[in-house]
Amino acid sequence: MAYAEQAEREALHEPKSFLTRYIWSQDHKVIAIQYALTAIFVGLIALVLSGLMRIQLGFPGTLEFMDPATYYQAMTMHGMIMVIYLLTALFLGGFGNYLIPLMVGARDMVFPYVNMLSYWVYLLSVLILLASFFVPGGPTGAGWTLYPPQAITAGTPGAEWGIVLMLVSLAFFIVAATMGGLNYVTTVLQARTHGMTLLRMPLTVWGIFMATVLALLAFPALFVSAVMMLFDRLLGTSFFMPAMISMGQQLEHEGGSPILFQHLFWFFGHPEVYIVALPAFGLVSDLVSTHARKNIFGYRMMVWAIVAIGVLSFVVWAHHMYVSGMNPYFGFFFAVTTLVIAVPTALKVYNWVLTLWNGNIRLTVPMLFALAFILTFIVGGLTGLFLGNVIIDVPLSDTYFVVAHFHMVMGVAPILVVFGAIYHWFPKITGRMLNDTIGKLHFWITFIGTYLIYFPMHYLGFLGMPRRYYAYENYEFIPQSAHDLNAFITVIALTVGVAQLLFLYNLAWSTFRGKPAGHNPWHANSLEWQTPETPPRHGNWGPKLPVVYRGAYDYSMPGIDQDFLPQTVSDGELARMRRGEPVTGGPGGTP
Amino acid sequence: MTTLAFRGGGHGADGGGAPGAAELYRVRTVRTGLWILLGVISALFLLFLLAYVARAQFPDWRGLSDPGAPLSDLGALWINTALLAGAGLSLQRSLNAMHRAEHAVFRHSFLLGGLFAAGFLAGQLVVWERFVITGFPVHGNPANGFFFMLTGLHGLHLAAGLVVWAVIAARVVRGIPLHWLTVECCTRYWHFLFALWLLLFLSLTRSPATYAWLAELCGLR
Repeated sequence: MAYAEQAEREALHEPKSFLTRYIWSQDHKVIAIQYALTAIFVGLIALVLSGLMRIQLGFPGTLEFMDPATYYQAMTMHGMIMVIYLLTALFLGGFGNYLIPLMVGARDMVFPYVNMLSYWVYLLSVLILLASFFVPGGPTGAGWTLYPPQAITAGTPGAEWGIVLMLVSLAFFIVAATMGGLNYVTTVLQARTHGMTLLRMPLTVWGIFMATVLALLAFPALFVSAVMMLFDRLLGTSFFMPAMISMGQQLEHEGGSPILFQHLFWFFGHPEVYIVALPAFGLVSDLVSTHARKNIFGYRMMVWAIVAIGVLSFVVWAHHMYVSGMNPYFGFFFAVTTLVIAVPTALKVYNWVLTLWNGNIRLTVPMLFALAFILTFIVGGLTGLFLGNVIIDVPLSDTYFVVAHFHMVMGVAPILVVFGAIYHWFPKITGRMLNDTIGKLHFWITFIGTYLIYFPMHYLGFLGMPRRYYAYENYEFIPQSAHDLNAFITVIALTVGVAQLLFLYNLAWSTFRGKPAGHNPWHANSLEWQTPETPPRHGNWGPKLPVVYRGAYDYSMPGIDQDFLPQTVSDGELARMRRGEPVTGGPGGTP
Repeated sequence: MTTLAFRGGGHGADGGGAPGAAELYRVRTVRTGLWILLGVISALFLLFLLAYVARAQFPDWRGLSDPGAPLSDLGALWINTALLAGAGLSLQRSLNAMHRAEHAVFRHSFLLGGLFAAGFLAGQLVVWERFVITGFPVHGNPANGFFFMLTGLHGLHLAAGLVVWAVIAARVVRGIPLHWLTVECCTRYWHFLFALWLLLFLSLTRSPATYAWLAELCGLR
């Protein structure tokens, strides 16, 4: 194992007490786990909310407390939590924090104190959000897009307090994401170890890096809309609020533009899709390559596709607004950009498939989730092509087809990657393997279950079943078959929801009782698997930083016995391996 | 090393290696981080200004520099602008003095930089008060709302800078060694907020006709 004879580049402030080690920690790995646990916790609340909604839709009237207001509040909180507080926080704050320094060979993030602050501000934003369950009127029920004027008009659930807490919580979340984002981007740009050129970085780092750039540029748009709406709600301005009569009363607002809010919201909202998707693309690339024992097909193409998707994601936002009314030329423009973004995205899918081609595929649990992601992303992506066209979007808008599309592409697909990535990196985080049998059971129930939930929703959408309705009884255009299907979907959704307990049990049990993993159980190449200790200690690398000689995907190279070549193996060592001479082994690297 | 009696080069020297490499790394990293932060703040205000121009296209908009409106006389804003310019120049002078090892000049200029900035904030509050007194409250015309919101957010960014400045100033007063990079970051942040203020000043005082032209240019009309 070649380590650089180089200076420590950063002072190590070894934590001394329990508090500084695990609570007020500045170690990126601890912060990552704090982020991940908080995100998973709040995600479970959102999962329960979705279960309650499904019970109402499948078996109306079963839940006594479920009135229309409660339904809309559950829907709003479910959407916002899943998109922002679970997925964004988990991919950037969780995986980003854990993997970036380890994968680029740094000792920590470049600004550890700011990194710590980032988590605590994120936690504050979560607490403010959850507090809205306990204020008079409850949380906002405006829908996750929070469109004015209804979001802050009397009659909408939570128009008094809930919406204020939601907007304040979002503002804090954005501050937290910015502090984290500063760290991720600067660490990637400045703290890479010797030999770790940009084009030797694992695609995981590329995905998270680009997603962070998007977050840094797109979240301000959400911040702008949140602040302006807070002004409208609290100070009586009319940025978004038009003149209107509510409950028989003329409101004091006049002249505001609700459409302006929609533009601002979706200027954030569409890049947000890729803030979640790009890390997923990166992580899944590493899973596919490692578990198929094959060099990722077209590495440079994959990198440029990530960059292209990131850039294009800023010019497609108005495809969320086709039915809001716009100049037909704008509709044409946004339809074209939406279809163009499918090109780099499809390119990535081809490359994953070509990586699998003739690979030595190992159907481990992480690989199963990665394969499921590719399939699900194709399905969700194809329906995106339907909805990207104005002429098809208009009749399908506001139906369950849209619900099915975005849950497939934005919900199920990234969550499959989250699971796959946790199964893959759990051995590095804890030093133990997750239980394989429980993992496979969890996978098959989740994978098949989600298809049983969302496939029928496409059909319901074609039937014309509108979304956002609290109950579907007594509508002539909704046939009995749709009601039966709704009940079926609910049963499956509850089953899949409960099955997640398997995953939680597996996490808890394996953390303490799992099979010891060793340093590099998957025989992977990237740097995080070459740390001197597992789990890596504070500072990650012992006295010397690693030196990188190659990309992260040199699997199954001809001429040597082992089917992987860690990034730390030099050409000299490779030559010795080719001659069959012994090479001094590192902890997780060369044997 | 241009650190005066100030601390420098101490980062990460615990592992040996070439002297200055750790210092260089630290400088590069902090500068990159600051540039990214300034980029994010720029994006934020740019989006606010786009919203501003878009909202200005509606018929209820009343320009703040119209006759009789609070910004028809720009005297107060020019005074505030001079204060903020003075703040940036003072900090720049303190940084230069630090590099030249002129302790007294450094100390005075650094403290003056913060005081000028606090003066700017106070001046902005005076302008706010004039808005309210003359019948242009935040919930009046959307132009008023934008003025309060944008100057308020700019002020909040400066206030956050002042918190950091106060922490550093406490060290300066007590004679605790300081790294020049800290002062450089402070100075750059101040310069940035001055440039941002000039942009806001320019934007908030234009006539509706200019906004109409801008909106046309941006495809918002």
